Amino acid sequence: MSNGFSLGEILASVLIVLGASFALIGSWGLVRLPSLMERLHGPTKASTLGLGAMLVGSIIYFQLVKGEWTTHELLVSLFLFVTAPITANMIAKVHLHRLRLGARPGPAGPPASAGADSDWATYTAPRAGTPGCFDED
Amino acid sequence: MIGWALGFGFAAISIALAMNLWRLIKGPDMADRILALDTMTINAIGIIILGGIADGSGTSFEAAMLLALVGFVGTVAYAKFLLRGDIIE
Repeated sequence: MSNGFSLGEILASVLIVLGASFALIGSWGLVRLPSLMERLHGPTKASTLGLGAMLVGSIIYFQLVKGEWTTHELLVSLFLFVTAPITANMIAKVHLHRLRLGARPGPAGPPASAGADSDWATYTAPRAGTPGCFDED
Repeated sequence: MIGWALGFGFAAISIALAMNLWRLIKGPDMADRILALDTMTINAIGIIILGGIADGSGTSFEAAMLLALVGFVGTVAYAKFLLRGDIIE
C-alpha cells in the first residue's frame, strides 16, 4: 500500500470497528427499548454480528499481519452461533412464564395458556411418572 | 491503524458493559437480569478477543472459549431454575 498500511491491517481494523459498534448498539438497545421482548432483540445482534465481525477481524489480523493461522476464533464463533438462539429462547420462555404467573403485568396482558398436549411451552405440567412431576409422590 | 481501531473497540465495549450493568441493577424483572448477564458475557468475550489482538499472542483465546461455554451453561441454568424451580430434575 502506498500510505504505509497493509491490506490485512486495514481489513482487520474495519472489522474490529464494525464489531465493537454493533456490540455498543446492542447494549444501547438493551438499555433503551421498553419491553423485554424488544430488549431481547438488541443483544442477539450484538452476539452474532458484533462478535462475529471481531472474530473474523482477529483471524485476518493473525493470518495476514502476524503470519500465523489460529483456529480458536472459529471454535468460539461456532459455539456462540449454536448457543445464542437457545439462550434467547430460554429467556423468552422465562419472560412468558413470569407474565403468566402474574409477576409483572405485560403490555398485552397475560399470554394464553398452553394446550394440554403441547410439549414445548413453558407452562405444561410434567407428565405423571417423569422426574419433574411432584403430584404423585 | 490497528491501534486506533483497538482503542475504539475497547472504549465501545467498555461503555456497552457499563450499560449492561445499569440494566442488571435496574432491570424490572428476573428475565431482564438474565439477559443483562448474558450480554455481559458476550461483551466480556469481545473484550478478551480485542486484548488478544492487542497482545499479538493467541493465548487468551482459550479464556474466550471457556467463557463462551460457561456463560451459556450459566444462563440456561438460571432460566431453567426460574422455569421449573429446579436445575437438574
